[in-house]
Amino acid sequence: MEGNNSPWLLWLADDALILGQRLSEWCGHGPVLEEDIALSNVALDLIGQARALLTLAGQREGQSRDEDQLAFFRTDRAFRNLLLVELPNGDFGDTIARQFLFDQFSLLRYEALAQQTIDLELAAIATKAIKEVRYHAAHSAKWIVRLGDGTDESKVRIQASINRLWEYTGEFFMDYGMDSQWADTGILPPLASFEKSWLKAVQDVLAEATLEPPSADWMQKGGRIGEHTEHLSFLLAEMQVLPRTYPGAQW
Amino acid sequence: MVNDVLTRIEKRLHSVMDPELPFLTVMELGMIRGIVMESDTIIIELTPTYTGCPATDAIKEDLQEAAEEIYTNVSVRLVMSPAWTTDWISASTRKKMAQHGVAPPEGQSADKAFLLGDERIVPCPRCKTTNTKLVSPFGSTACKAHFSCLDCLEPFDHFKCI
Repeated sequence: MEGNNSPWLLWLADDALILGQRLSEWCGHGPVLEEDIALSNVALDLIGQARALLTLAGQREGQSRDEDQLAFFRTDRAFRNLLLVELPNGDFGDTIARQFLFDQFSLLRYEALAQQTIDLELAAIATKAIKEVRYHAAHSAKWIVRLGDGTDESKVRIQASINRLWEYTGEFFMDYGMDSQWADTGILPPLASFEKSWLKAVQDVLAEATLEPPSADWMQKGGRIGEHTEHLSFLLAEMQVLPRTYPGAQW
Repeated sequence: MVNDVLTRIEKRLHSVMDPELPFLTVMELGMIRGIVMESDTIIIELTPTYTGCPATDAIKEDLQEAAEEIYTNVSVRLVMSPAWTTDWISASTRKKMAQHGVAPPEGQSADKAFLLGDERIVPCPRCKTTNTKLVSPFGSTACKAHFSCLDCLEPFDHFKCI
């Protein structure tokens, strides 16, 4: 696979990296030990996926940047992740709601990437990642059902979390004019084509959870073109401080 | 000559243990996909079990060191495709896992059942009962789920099928 297609590889890589970093904040703070371990495991998988994707993105752009250069030495405006994944964790319900909405999208995207035969290196990473994301998606969906169909308190709170985050889901399907670069190569169909399947998957789980699907007539955007919330800068400050202070540091 | 070196290296790699399952070798886990000579370098092809498995870096170093006892130019290459699967773990290795208290992956059915929303049936590696409960699909390492036996009451790890 020739050509400089790293800009949109960064979409994939940065979603995984930033959500992985965000989720790792739960390590040692989970509501119960098992969930602490589960969230840390999901974070670890995401960071693993990010490493593979960033390595590939670095090779493709041809500027000799490796995974560490891309993760630790880019500033906020150079990150291409969804706004959703950089939002603060909030309470456990907020974290689960964000994970659920993202996992259902991530699964569809990796399935499409695994099936295409144009970019085999990317297909290999996607095939690997799907095996992990299936576990994430099953886990977050089960929590949505447990909280939605749980107590009065848990139902009200998880519904509020989903309502609050809904306006960040529109960005999943926005291509920012990159549509033709995805689609013309045959690597990924236009992002808008995932919306129907995603909505169906999400609505099925919400129905089982006795929750209402929210509606929004306006969606947040900007992550893919580097226009982030202020939360990303704080996240990066923590993630990048060590390699920036001691470049080339080794354990 | 080359074949002799490759054979000796392969033999040596059979004693490189997995850092997180120290009773199993990386060979037994099916993580070595090939040992080949490219110009004057021996390439060991390693496939990670999970993309984020923190043991992968340690395994890379262990393989490198072991092979360098036999040959000077060694490089470990990560291969993603085909994706690692528990199907590559042999029956005898599964038995060894169970003997060490880790319930081995049992075909594909058990985990498919979980992903489809049903309960998994994983026998307890100690008392063999199937009266067990999934505590969490995420366990002490990326490759394991956390179970509890409802008969002998022992918690145990289950090596997930992927």
